[in-house]
Amino acid sequence: MERTNTGVPNEKMLMWAFIGSECMLFASLIATYLTYRGRSLVGPYPEDLLNIPFITVTTFVLLMSSLTMVLALSAVQRGDARGSRVFLLLTAVLGIIFVGGQAIEFSHFAGEGLGLSRNLFSSTFFLTTGFHGAHVTVGVIWLLSLWVLTMRGRLGPESSVKVEVAGLYWHFVDVVWIVLFTVIYLMSGS
Amino acid sequence: MTSEKALGIESGGVVAAHAHEEPHASNRTYVVIALVLGVLTALEVMVFYVEALAPVLVPILILLSGTKFALVVAFYMHLKFDGNVLRGLFLGPLFIAVAIIVALIALYGYLL
Repeated sequence: MERTNTGVPNEKMLMWAFIGSECMLFASLIATYLTYRGRSLVGPYPEDLLNIPFITVTTFVLLMSSLTMVLALSAVQRGDARGSRVFLLLTAVLGIIFVGGQAIEFSHFAGEGLGLSRNLFSSTFFLTTGFHGAHVTVGVIWLLSLWVLTMRGRLGPESSVKVEVAGLYWHFVDVVWIVLFTVIYLMSGS
Repeated sequence: MTSEKALGIESGGVVAAHAHEEPHASNRTYVVIALVLGVLTALEVMVFYVEALAPVLVPILILLSGTKFALVVAFYMHLKFDGNVLRGLFLGPLFIAVAIIVALIALYGYLL
């Protein structure tokens, strides 16, 4: 593991720089959503479609995946192979459940006539949440690849930075959803 | 003290250990944080459904979601225990992002 001259591993420094740039990406998407909010000329409108109880469940699933992720890192750092395997797989499964929930929501919206370019709400909603869903999907693939490494016994405490960096990405995806859940779903009542 | 020594850099530019990192939190702390995140999420949804709180819905939601955000970043992402370099890398862009979002919320009259 190579470190930068600040004492921080290169991979970790790179991931934090990437996360910084991702803050700006999602800020621009959220800014676009807020700018066009309430300006759709034709329906369906958010208040007709957004299912708060359903999204609350998937939000809770993603939040709990952050717990299993940090427990996976802790297990890898301790050299607990079984814990590493279980928690990495559990995190990936929770991520898959979240993405599955998003797919159900998208198909329901499409069934109600909300296509990608139906109105300003649909365009900004699908763009913002779709980008987030793509990030979760990348994270799931990343976690599953780490899980394969643990199954082959190639992920021990000496290479825990690999899990730490993946964890940083995963937690960032989680905090972005904390903001999206508030701005898109809960603020629809304001 | 030279600047290299101040940074904890050994000869050859290699640092022996995480110069600015502290030990991370315990698994017990992580579980407690998860419980707090769950409770805060439940509070957010409860506030959404209470009509009497509608006039102050957005400020309350910003406070609750901001707390959740900070807990995840500080404990799960270990930023509380990491050095100032990583904090700067994240908090700089985050400040701009939050400023843009909060400014737009206020500009379009959603705040109150």
